[in-house]
Amino acid sequence: MSVGVIILAHTALHRTAEAVRHWVDGGCPVVIHVDRKVKERDFQALVDDLYPLENVQFSKRHKCDWGSWALIAATQDAARQLLQAYPAVRHVYLASGSCLPLRPVSELCQYLEARPETDFIESSTTSDVPWTVGGLDKERFTLRFPFSWRRQRRAFDAYVKLQQLVGFRRNVPHGLIPHMGSQWWCLTRKTLSAIQDDPRRPIYDRYFRKVWIPDESYFQSLARLHSTKIESRSLTLSKFDYQGKPHIFYNDHEEMLRRSGCFVARKIWHRADALYRVFPQTHAAGEDLPDPNPSSIDRVFASAVERRTRGRTGLYMQSRFPTIDRVSSFTAQPYSMLQGFAEIFDDFENWLGDTTGAEVHGHLYGPDRAHFADGGDIYIGGLSHDAILRDYNPRMFLSNLIWNTRGTHQAFQFGPHDTQSLNWVVAKDTNARISVVSGAWMISLFHKRAEFSDVRREAARLQQIEHKHMKILRSPFAKARIRILTLADFMRSPMETLQTIVDEMSEQPHAGLTQVPQIVDLTGFGSFLQDLRNQGMHPFLTGDFPINPEALVAKQRPPKPYLVR
Amino acid sequence: MSIFGSYLLRLERKRWRWRAFRKRRELSVVRNRTKAIRPDDILLFCTFRNEDVRLPYFFDYYRKLGVNHFFMVDNGSSDDGRAYAAAQDDVSIWRTDAGYGRARYGMDWLTWLQMRYAHGHWTLTVDVDEFFVYPFCDTRPLAALGDWLDASDIRSFGALILDMYPEGPVNAAVYERGMDPLTIANWFDTGNYTISLNKRMRNLWIQGGPRARMFFADQPEKAPALNKVPFVKWNRRYTYVSSTHMILPRGLNLVYDQQGGEKTSGALLHAKLMNTFGERVAEEAARGEHYRAGHEYERYADGAANERDLWTKWSAQYLNWRQLEGFGLISRGNWA
Repeated sequence: MSVGVIILAHTALHRTAEAVRHWVDGGCPVVIHVDRKVKERDFQALVDDLYPLENVQFSKRHKCDWGSWALIAATQDAARQLLQAYPAVRHVYLASGSCLPLRPVSELCQYLEARPETDFIESSTTSDVPWTVGGLDKERFTLRFPFSWRRQRRAFDAYVKLQQLVGFRRNVPHGLIPHMGSQWWCLTRKTLSAIQDDPRRPIYDRYFRKVWIPDESYFQSLARLHSTKIESRSLTLSKFDYQGKPHIFYNDHEEMLRRSGCFVARKIWHRADALYRVFPQTHAAGEDLPDPNPSSIDRVFASAVERRTRGRTGLYMQSRFPTIDRVSSFTAQPYSMLQGFAEIFDDFENWLGDTTGAEVHGHLYGPDRAHFADGGDIYIGGLSHDAILRDYNPRMFLSNLIWNTRGTHQAFQFGPHDTQSLNWVVAKDTNARISVVSGAWMISLFHKRAEFSDVRREAARLQQIEHKHMKILRSPFAKARIRILTLADFMRSPMETLQTIVDEMSEQPHAGLTQVPQIVDLTGFGSFLQDLRNQGMHPFLTGDFPINPEALVAKQRPPKPYLVR
Repeated sequence: MSIFGSYLLRLERKRWRWRAFRKRRELSVVRNRTKAIRPDDILLFCTFRNEDVRLPYFFDYYRKLGVNHFFMVDNGSSDDGRAYAAAQDDVSIWRTDAGYGRARYGMDWLTWLQMRYAHGHWTLTVDVDEFFVYPFCDTRPLAALGDWLDASDIRSFGALILDMYPEGPVNAAVYERGMDPLTIANWFDTGNYTISLNKRMRNLWIQGGPRARMFFADQPEKAPALNKVPFVKWNRRYTYVSSTHMILPRGLNLVYDQQGGEKTSGALLHAKLMNTFGERVAEEAARGEHYRAGHEYERYADGAANERDLWTKWSAQYLNWRQLEGFGLISRGNWA
């Protein structure tokens, strides 16, 4: 009988009774504190239920609110009672009514007997722990907290604000260094008695009465004063979510709990019958007793917190809808928006797809329909080609597309014919890779060979649209990776730009392009532009495109081996 | 929103409650077993009409999930569904022949029953063809979800309606009494849902899925809403506004996170698109009792909807909730 147990119970008393039986059967005396808020009838039922057991006592009942001083008072009373009634107790284990013993008591006793001087209490200074609720870490020790955080949140917040404003600070009692940690500990008789009998205890008690959540700091700080050997971890497996609430274990956690090797876990859902049935589990004789190692559980709960606080980037769904200025990107991964290339090269999309392994779409935002890479009417995720449906929410069309195709780089063609309402959003998206050859759309206009007055009007309209887009892309708010060249500049050394785009889109950098796309026939394009000029429509987006295209080539530096033509 | 705006919402909420109170006279009790309800029981509320074939599986499904008591309102069925439901030990059933549309698509009746019986209970409000799934629903009963939400001070739980459809023409999937409808209509669209924010009620307005791409491509704004708040820790002051898409007070509509995190959410697998759909369409379009005077149903009737094939090569076949989470349709949030 080396371990005594204090149980703090407040709900699901039938489960508490089970836990008590477990400890008592293992030979440990138990002192139970039942919250005063529990109905007298229920309390009496528990007393009657446990009456036949020896070595079970009930301590003075306190009314315990979450994070209140009463929890400490209750623990102190129970500890005093336990230490007095059972002189043989060497370690005191603090547990709750919803704790589930995972391993037999004998294994715990054996473990503690091998470490007779060690106090197991998680205890770190405030500057070293990230898990604090409400953003109060250091301040929980320097401000006063007379209001309940759960029930009087407004008063709580207002009073904290007021104290911060006035610059109020409490003095921490001399010699005490505030520490925090899990409220479930296992202390030696020596340490616990020293804490209880400390002549300065009234000073500490008065101080901690007004500290916020003292059950996370009272014993954690005082143990540091009295203990000779602190092992800063809890023997109780207990995980907290981002709001400081304990995670709850269910039947489906059985395997994880088994592998954790921890002695006690909390909090267990009170109707997780399978867990209560299979635990505690003995280890086969001769098998080495494992040390507690809850790393796999840590991972699961850490990822839960991550999911709740950061979520999956680029996902918009019923329970994640970040406001656009909250996120640096509305898409799940990088994608490329290409403007003008498909007009300059024959069969550009297929070539780029083959070269990079990316999914290269046509004009996704085309006025007639969305041109998906496979030419189909429905694309991954059930996205429809229908332009009306797409333009009903063009931003979500793109974020859906990128989300649905995670793992494959997406690229699409864009131009002044297309739906423009998305331009700002894409320009501000850090995942966007935008490459533009401005004025290249003139080539398709040139090839159309329509009535010249119509062409002129259309050219003026499209130029205005593209010009507006370019202004957006050049704005200081644009966060995408943006590359803009005039048609004339691009034609001087097309391969350089293509190489960069290809590198950007493929996973490994390409050594050098071997296969190159064919440039469309540009004979007469220069005079076409001149005609436009003569009609008073100045095609400034194309840059200085000479009347004779050969002039471009003539200006080139010595040709590189992979150059077009 | 201004104080005036919130006051208007308060008036609206009171109006719906008052209206539900008046409509209570339209209900006549068939079988009332509400005395058997215990304080922690989970309740289900549902209006139906001529759903005899679907009821057996519906009750089975939700009993397995952990619903303790069913509140059914039979709106003028001509089949044996009412008698079947009344014979179940955990069902209380009322009947009415009054207009479905005039009772806010049945919501007035349910609001009255919820006011009276649901206070303080976790309450699920669904249609007969909607099957609720949530994270861990294969290992944790509804009570676990309710307890966890209680512990987290969350009062409402959102679910996306996920339209399920068969491979092949809709009417070729023949449903028979007692059958799991998800065995014949088990395909869904994984990623074509669009969302916008309804500032007034603070709910997300979600549209998309197979019905939007097939029947509403030319008028996407009229496509049916897919956002619902079906699972609520009921208080007699609450009232649903439009089906279970929105609820007042509007704070209950905040089932999503706006800072980038994911809240816990589920889905309602909507097993409507099968052979029973065609018959229903003809009937409802004529009756004009549904939302916007059955406009939605007219649309289905025009296009010979029951002969359409909604299946595409990108459709996914339903496996379990984890699959839905992988697609980003639901989330575990911080429930682990």
